[in-house]
Amino acid sequence: MLAFILRRIAQSVVVLLTVGLIAFALFRLVGDPINQIVSLDTPQEQRLKIRAELGLDDPVIVQFGRYLARAAHFDFGISYQFRQPVSTLIGERMPATLELSLVAALFSLVVGIPMGVYTALRRGSALSSAFMALSLAGVSLPTFLIAILLRYVFSVQLGWLPSFGRGAVVQLGFWSTGLLTPSGLKAIILPSITLGLFQMTLIMRLVRAEMLEVLRTDYIKFARARGLSDRAIHFGHALKNTLVPVITIAGLQLGSLIAFALITEYVFQWPGMGALFLGAVQNVDIPIMAAYLMLIAFIFVMVNLVVDILYAVVDPRLRAHFQTA
Amino acid sequence: MTQPVLSVRDLKVDFVTRRGTLKALDGVSFDIARGEVLGVVGESGAGKSVTGAAVIGLIEPPGRISGGEILLGGQRIDDLPPAAMRRIRGRRIGMVFQDPLTSLNPLYRVGDQIVETILTHLPVGRAEARRRAIDLLKEVGIPAAERRIDGYPHEFSGGMRQRVVLALALCAEPELVIADEPTTALDVSVQAQIIGLIKRLCAERGTAVMLITHDMGVIAETADRVAVMYAGRVAEIGPVRDVVKRPFHPYSRGLMGSIPTLEGTADRLVQIPGSMPRLAAIPSGCAFHTRCPHAFAQCWLERPEPMEHEGHRVACFLYEPGMESARARADRIPADSPPVPTEEAKP
Repeated sequence: MLAFILRRIAQSVVVLLTVGLIAFALFRLVGDPINQIVSLDTPQEQRLKIRAELGLDDPVIVQFGRYLARAAHFDFGISYQFRQPVSTLIGERMPATLELSLVAALFSLVVGIPMGVYTALRRGSALSSAFMALSLAGVSLPTFLIAILLRYVFSVQLGWLPSFGRGAVVQLGFWSTGLLTPSGLKAIILPSITLGLFQMTLIMRLVRAEMLEVLRTDYIKFARARGLSDRAIHFGHALKNTLVPVITIAGLQLGSLIAFALITEYVFQWPGMGALFLGAVQNVDIPIMAAYLMLIAFIFVMVNLVVDILYAVVDPRLRAHFQTA
Repeated sequence: MTQPVLSVRDLKVDFVTRRGTLKALDGVSFDIARGEVLGVVGESGAGKSVTGAAVIGLIEPPGRISGGEILLGGQRIDDLPPAAMRRIRGRRIGMVFQDPLTSLNPLYRVGDQIVETILTHLPVGRAEARRRAIDLLKEVGIPAAERRIDGYPHEFSGGMRQRVVLALALCAEPELVIADEPTTALDVSVQAQIIGLIKRLCAERGTAVMLITHDMGVIAETADRVAVMYAGRVAEIGPVRDVVKRPFHPYSRGLMGSIPTLEGTADRLVQIPGSMPRLAAIPSGCAFHTRCPHAFAQCWLERPEPMEHEGHRVACFLYEPGMESARARADRIPADSPPVPTEEAKP
């Protein structure tokens, strides 16, 4: 098991190095960085001096090494736009995005799994049909439309929930959290539902399909023949067997929730990384784009690693496979 | 008092489909006594497995029991509410399925699956249940049971898994075990071990066994009595030696004739011409008349009810009183002769 985890970590490092190379190449693709630092009438000697000071004379491989070494210390350079370290900018906004994504993921699992189980067990009931129709809407309606609808109903008409912003936040060391204040909790409801609705319907449909599959298997028939209660069969034997594919999808989806929270953040004016990234694209702020790229790659790689380890926890057959492989 | 453990009376099972109602079982009756092994044989689709599923109350929709009754220890069980039937499953009736590779939940330790079943049915604590589980695994011949109890199903071979399944079926000391093709998926060398084990364990406990199989060799070795099923009915039922050595029903004759023997005196094995009718197209009268070399007009018109004949119950008009000459003629015709053409049998 340990060997398996170590091997997966080594693979992850290779992936991150590759992404680092792409991020590094971004700087060189958009032309000479000196031009973006100095003004048009700077004399040639001074340009050469800055070039030497910034180490841009060194061979590319040395520059790449230096970039990686800095990235490993969370030093991604200075933003062209804000004249601040990129790590500070991202550090300020990352908690907002991560909280939004995690609450959205939690929502999609906590609502999606029970709905999937229910629709599988009570096929054809009125409530199941309603859930299935709802899930179709969740899959097919675009995020911005859902956001606008939710805001119209709950903010404008009913006035229950704020229509934008993050509410009051509490500083816990470097982490600013909105989950500890009433206004913060209220503010996160609409954006997280908007962001998580698609995943929720996906998970519901996946759980339903897997559950129906598992309920047809011999070991479920045998469990019935052993006289186990319906509860033990459905929630002990059947649900656990549906979880392996659900873990895969939920894990991959968590990565994309974080990476693609952009639109939801934009619509709700959520002070997360999304707005920062969109601004960076508009202003060709390469250091932010490169750092964002590496951060998202890092998150995806970590989520996949955790998913692989969870497989082994759930399924003993894979545990054996990992030991021998 | 010699009340049978299981008594099935005129059992009918229907499958309601869009294209009409299919009769999977149409008047099946038999008894199993305490400690007795009843073999149930027949071709695929004869209704063997449906009978087993009906007894344990696991007929799945669109199937349903549409008539007759099932008595377990004298108590009627076919009309029990689901919760009461659930308490009988595993507790008073154990079941062994065909494929041991898929009968066990792959994500749970075998011991936990046994303990779970014991705790469901018996008023014992977890530690006691575990102790019993280890004893059971020892009894079904799992070596190093104390260690293997914490193994997962994939760590066991097919034969070992079927032993675990057997331990699961027996763990609440049921009165009846239904074994549905318990050896079909196993290696031949393992089959004999499993059959021997079922026989020994059930004999020790006085458990009645309903052994469903299409393997006549297994029946001949194991069963006390045998029921031959054809198209959802019992064609013949009687003591196993008798039925194997001297079958009465023309279908049983064909079936027994198709068992290869080591003596190999026959030049070739008997084949029954044709194949079992589909449920949607069961012939009128005796369902076997289309394949029967002895059929006559009555077989085409009326359905024979089981009748006593020399210790068997046979559903065939040849064994009605006054049919001695027809029987004698039938004895001279080989079992694999072509069926009497319908026109000839018609009145």
